[in-house]
Amino acid sequence: MNTLRVPVVEKILNANDQLAEQNRRRLDQAGTFGINLMASPGAGKTSVILQTIRRLAGSTRIGVIEGDTAPVTIDADRVISAGMPAVQINTGGDCHLDAVMIANGLNQIAVDQLDLIIVENVGNLICPAAFQLGTHTNVLIASIPEGDDKPYKYPNIYRGIDVLILNKIDLLPYVRFDMDYFRKGVEILNPGVKVFPVSCASGEGFDPWLDWLRAKLSKE
Amino acid sequence: MHELAVTESILQIASEHASKAGAKKVTDVYLVLGRLSSIVDDSVQFYWDALSEGTICQGAQLHFERIPAKMACLDCGTSFELPGELILCPKCQGGHVKVITGDEFRVDSIEILQESGENL
Repeated sequence: MNTLRVPVVEKILNANDQLAEQNRRRLDQAGTFGINLMASPGAGKTSVILQTIRRLAGSTRIGVIEGDTAPVTIDADRVISAGMPAVQINTGGDCHLDAVMIANGLNQIAVDQLDLIIVENVGNLICPAAFQLGTHTNVLIASIPEGDDKPYKYPNIYRGIDVLILNKIDLLPYVRFDMDYFRKGVEILNPGVKVFPVSCASGEGFDPWLDWLRAKLSKE
Repeated sequence: MHELAVTESILQIASEHASKAGAKKVTDVYLVLGRLSSIVDDSVQFYWDALSEGTICQGAQLHFERIPAKMACLDCGTSFELPGELILCPKCQGGHVKVITGDEFRVDSIEILQESGENL
């Protein structure tokens, strides 16, 4: 028997990245803009989606792919009752969505008839950052009660995003949250990233986010 | 936390390259991971031992080479290594920094056993 060193030099998540590329091409061919929406549990992912649907309904056809670790359809049901198609993906306990799950989700929804697909990732600030899905943009929701130190504790997810939605700003008077400290952490990790402070409870701050989204949709 | 999915990918990559090279057995797998990739070595090793059982990679030793997280300040040009936590540029206290190394996440090479003379 010979011992031999074989060079490999392959990115560990190469297979996922390639499938993500296929997902991207599929969305491009359908003319559908895809968002990967990430956040911790309870930051308001579903609430932001519902507000966005409510305000864009009429002008935009939106579909949602919901990722959950448990076989519950709570989120998908809420989207469907808001009048938009939704697919529920159960990750079977996995902590993130990957490109295979998105490919399956796209098979279950009429992509061609949609202007926008929002993928609601599993509530988690660590794992989703590592897996490309093939969507066009990464959006992270942070929320005031989570605390101002989250960029420092979960740097990877902040580094990979294009847009940061800061939710629950109506709670600022009641919660200790140093906005300068938070913004400084975000700026170190992701200089110039778009930040939209909003409140799903009051509706405050949604117009700039929707303007940004409309501009993206008109380009697609 | 996503070490299971990562380990599955490592096993797939190592097995593919081993088969192509006509390996009887994989003895070592060399990984290069930047400090910024949130992967726990012990956890990968644990999954590896379970997943590789019965495959060409069974019993192979994983080697983790960790690349330090090096940053460059976009304002003053200073290069510095992250001590583990997020810091501003130590020289100008600026926050405009760029990652130079630390994002690596690859299978670099494998060591295999081949039948002698197989490729002759």
